[in-house]
Amino acid sequence: MPDGGSTGIGASVKRKEDYRFLVGQGNYTDDINRPNQTYTYMLRSSSAHAKFSLDITKASEADGVVKIFVGTDMDVGSIPCGWQVDSKDGTPMREPAHPPIAKDKVRYVGEIIAVIIAETLEDAKNAAELIDVNYEDIPVIIDMQEALNNANGLVHDEIESNVCYDWEIGDSEAVDKAISEAAHITTLDVRNNRLIPNAMETRSAIGDYEHSTGQYTLYTTSQNPHVIRLLMGAFVLGLPEHKLRVIAPDVGGGFGSKIFHYAEESIVTWASNQIRRPVKWTSDRSEAFISDAHGRDHVTSVKLALDKDGKFLALKVDTLANMGAYLSTFASSVPTYLYATLLAGTYTTPAIHCNVKSIFTNTVPVDAYRGAGRPEATYLIERIVDKAAREMGISQVDIRRKNFIPVDAFPYQTPVALQYDSGNYNATLDAALKKADYDGFEARKAASAKKGMLRGIGFSTYLEACGIAPSAVVGSLGARAGLFECAEVRVHPTGSVTVFTGSHSHGQGHETTFAQLVSEKLGISTDMVEISHGDTNNIPFGMGTYGSRSLAVGGEAIVKAMDKVIAKAKKIAAHIMEASADDIELNNGNFEIAGTDKSMSLADISLAAYVPHNYPHEELEPGLDEKAFYDPLNFTYPGGCHICEVEINPNTGEVKVEGMTAVDDVGKVINPMIVEGQIHGGLAQGIGQALLENAAYDSNGQLLSGSYMDYAMPRADNFVDFKVGNEVTLCTHNSLGVKGCGEVGAIGSPPAVINAVVDALSELGVDDISMPATSEKVWSAINNAKNKN
Amino acid sequence: MYDLQYSKPSSVNDAVAEIKKSSDAKFLAGGMTMIPTLKARLSSADMLVDLKGSNLSYISVSSSEISIGSMTRHCDVASSSDIKGSLPALAKLAGGIGDHMVRSCGTIGGSLANNDPAACYPSAVLALGATVVTNERSLKADDFFEGMFETALNEDEVITEVKFSIPEKATYIKFPNPASRYAMVGVFMVKKSDGISVAVTGAGENGVFRCEEIENVLNLNLALDALNNIQISHDDLTSDMHASAAYRANLIREMAKQGLKDLI
Amino acid sequence: MEISVKINGKDIKADIKPNTLLSTFIREHLNLTGTHIGCDTSQCGACAIHLNGDAVKSCAILAAQADGSEITTIEGIASGDKLHPMQQAFHENHGLQCGYCTPGMVMSSIKLVENNPNISEDEIRKGLEGNICRCTGYHNIVKSIKQAASVMGG
Repeated sequence: MPDGGSTGIGASVKRKEDYRFLVGQGNYTDDINRPNQTYTYMLRSSSAHAKFSLDITKASEADGVVKIFVGTDMDVGSIPCGWQVDSKDGTPMREPAHPPIAKDKVRYVGEIIAVIIAETLEDAKNAAELIDVNYEDIPVIIDMQEALNNANGLVHDEIESNVCYDWEIGDSEAVDKAISEAAHITTLDVRNNRLIPNAMETRSAIGDYEHSTGQYTLYTTSQNPHVIRLLMGAFVLGLPEHKLRVIAPDVGGGFGSKIFHYAEESIVTWASNQIRRPVKWTSDRSEAFISDAHGRDHVTSVKLALDKDGKFLALKVDTLANMGAYLSTFASSVPTYLYATLLAGTYTTPAIHCNVKSIFTNTVPVDAYRGAGRPEATYLIERIVDKAAREMGISQVDIRRKNFIPVDAFPYQTPVALQYDSGNYNATLDAALKKADYDGFEARKAASAKKGMLRGIGFSTYLEACGIAPSAVVGSLGARAGLFECAEVRVHPTGSVTVFTGSHSHGQGHETTFAQLVSEKLGISTDMVEISHGDTNNIPFGMGTYGSRSLAVGGEAIVKAMDKVIAKAKKIAAHIMEASADDIELNNGNFEIAGTDKSMSLADISLAAYVPHNYPHEELEPGLDEKAFYDPLNFTYPGGCHICEVEINPNTGEVKVEGMTAVDDVGKVINPMIVEGQIHGGLAQGIGQALLENAAYDSNGQLLSGSYMDYAMPRADNFVDFKVGNEVTLCTHNSLGVKGCGEVGAIGSPPAVINAVVDALSELGVDDISMPATSEKVWSAINNAKNKN
Repeated sequence: MYDLQYSKPSSVNDAVAEIKKSSDAKFLAGGMTMIPTLKARLSSADMLVDLKGSNLSYISVSSSEISIGSMTRHCDVASSSDIKGSLPALAKLAGGIGDHMVRSCGTIGGSLANNDPAACYPSAVLALGATVVTNERSLKADDFFEGMFETALNEDEVITEVKFSIPEKATYIKFPNPASRYAMVGVFMVKKSDGISVAVTGAGENGVFRCEEIENVLNLNLALDALNNIQISHDDLTSDMHASAAYRANLIREMAKQGLKDLI
Repeated sequence: MEISVKINGKDIKADIKPNTLLSTFIREHLNLTGTHIGCDTSQCGACAIHLNGDAVKSCAILAAQADGSEITTIEGIASGDKLHPMQQAFHENHGLQCGYCTPGMVMSSIKLVENNPNISEDEIRKGLEGNICRCTGYHNIVKSIKQAASVMGG
């Protein structure tokens, strides 16, 4: 599929990766089979909290069984958490041991208690049924408030509390003072509902140990193979990098859930050495529901102090954040550094304080899911701003404008650590109002009323911090890894280019966007560029894709490597054309001697670099292949305005999204088509959270919404055409001016949806409704309001 | 899925003979519930007897009656011009079961034999007073459904046909569960010469049921506003994570109110 | 047991266990790994194929049931290098991101359009009830199907 026209920055180049997916030739982990491979079935705990013992005697003798492992067989390190958060009293977070296979106690339904390896998956499942498990149940801890006072016992006996850490940020005194003096106080209790990421490809892993070389290979569904190599190799299995290769081939969506190092990866890698055969595991969907890290799950009280004109004076936030039963890779950072630091939003609120207690419960571990912390922050800010406006009789638009950080205030230092580099929140709001036809809303509301329907409109003028980095900053905040990115740009002898990137594409379209960077910078068509990612043996290093960091960090690393390529190419060209390197200019892919008609193409130069007959050997090495690491100076700060319009049937409570508008500032746009696609997907997940999705546990710790029969996945008919636009302010600290677009849709939209629902119901006196706003919840709110009136 | 054997006899008699051979054999119709259930090891069978070869897929319509072979797929009922002409509510119901791929496999007989409490077809069969014909006998709808996933079918008995008498008017209104898209509440309403009958699926603790509260009101007063103030009892209605009994009661009334427009 | 099928135009005979799912047969016996598995309750539609001219979910059918059938999978709809109009439309409208749901989406949509050539946007959205995508918000999938419908109909 050749691309016509320009393939540089700003062109909606059709995706290079599409063809293989469209003809069924994608290569996902479960599509891979290794010679002499075995299949494994993970026997998982059916009890949420119990001491257990098991008898594998009968199962071990079953047909086709190769080997069964239990927790005590696997004497390896604990699955690590990548981020240490200290409590406000200075003590480090409580970090319970997390063995890949539970040894004698289980702490959530879904925890692995035995690993059955067999010739076929059916053999493994048959054998699993022969394992006799004896559970001695312990009281189950599900509710965070109950967990807090340890009344029902402990999730982990060895760490004396269910509180992982008690952390704070901001000036508590200033906030309390402002609240005591304020003309108006708005309060709100919100729950950010627990979600299940549900990438359409379930997780899968194949461990393949080669005894003759001592080399381990892990094929896995990961967003960051190098990170898995580090976490699994160094911390769990004690394998050095040079003996461990991690391959994340085509990956069918991640949304955060494939960042983390999971037990199954360690298990198949370790087991393949134990049995000296490849070991394959692929998750069922129902297994995914109880083993993929969940997202969100905060309970928060929030207080906003305003002066008599509606200007924000202070924000006070108290949050309980569910960690689940163990600390997943990034779990501790999500409700702290990715959450509380965002509480200024787009506003000049001068004093902010946030206290976060993270809590262990007998549930699946909770970690980053699209947006990670920022949707939770945005939700409570935009909900309480909405509520304050209603209470004070100020319009939703005016209260926001009144409090926006003005364009001339950048760089803007918030009271919660971050320094925003750029933004123009009025511009995105203005554009969104127009796109959503705000002026026509009253007429549409009247038309709905005529049909007996309620109509509402809701706003969210959000901000987020992404391009997750810089290493020095995250290091000071407890990150146990760096957050740079690495790229290598290899110009081949005939002038085509392969880029090796540490970013990982699992739907984001890097193979196209990154190729456009090369096209722009080196002046060649994207057809001449291949992007290679996902294999620790090919890629020098990488930190992977999450936190909307691929372009702002990974793309910038590619630019840095290209800068080195160009500098070297100029020297080669100067030598061959007998000019000074300073006089060589790169124009449209030609290295020209300024002011002359003499030039060389990139292909001419690369050929000279690999066939160095006429070459400056005393100054340069042959070849044209450069590598760069890039560690940014700051996060990037996309922001924007989402407007949702809903129609509600008061008789059934059914909420129909009638309009969803998003105008975002994601910085410089490389491929508008891909950016829009990212925003569409984010909006769908945001609307899904607001109206449909909820991971519900019963008091025994059983996940009630454990399949698509009960977990409401958004379908095409839940949505209308999205209206998407963008307004650009450039990021000031990267050369591309890019910010990031992967998460904005999911961050900005949930409060817009709920604000629209509340707006529709406000005439009845309803001032809050929790997510997801199911039809029954809305119907009940309407009934309660009617009964009150 | 556990090991099993598979056979596809070429007649109903052969199928019944086949099923009698083993203690744990099951009939296989469209398989849209059966196969996922077997796959999840929630049930097992030593033998599946596929009815697809037994010539049970047909639709025949007379002036007063529609006969549908038990292996007739939802998509065939939904697209049948005869059914659309004489009993459009049934075509609409069939066209709203699952999704278009499920409708290409799932069958009326399979749906009725399974009697899922949230399935659509049982409401039509009950409200229309249809006759369920088996290899052994004819069963009146009232006698066929015996509670959630329970029917009057004996072991080794197989549905061969369903007969619907054509009413004056009928309608089906469904409020789907947002996750499964099964009926959270489905209301099938029929106007016949001898009165109104209304059957509700998705809501009953004991599966599909006739809603006498609505029938009584409408038999006295078939008017658009007749249901505006009635209260449906919550007793015996399902409460689950998706909807409380009270909410389901409300939905029954609201769906019936919508359906009423089609009966008048 | 032995089954014979015609798959993507090719006659195949195979010896299978009767409890083999059609999706397993396609992926693991025939190595046609474009047909994907995204759930275990037959709701996501990633496994959609064409069986005797109908779009069906191959994870809810036994290979044994397909004995004697004609099957088309995602690998079988392009003519040589020329993509099917539905595949082409997904490319042109950015109707796919991670690509995992894509084969099922394409196979399902082809039948939606073949059975309803003048399909409306509402009908497309409703028609996709049995196909779940987590990446695209369906926006560009709907656009792709609209475009394909105009090509396939005309």
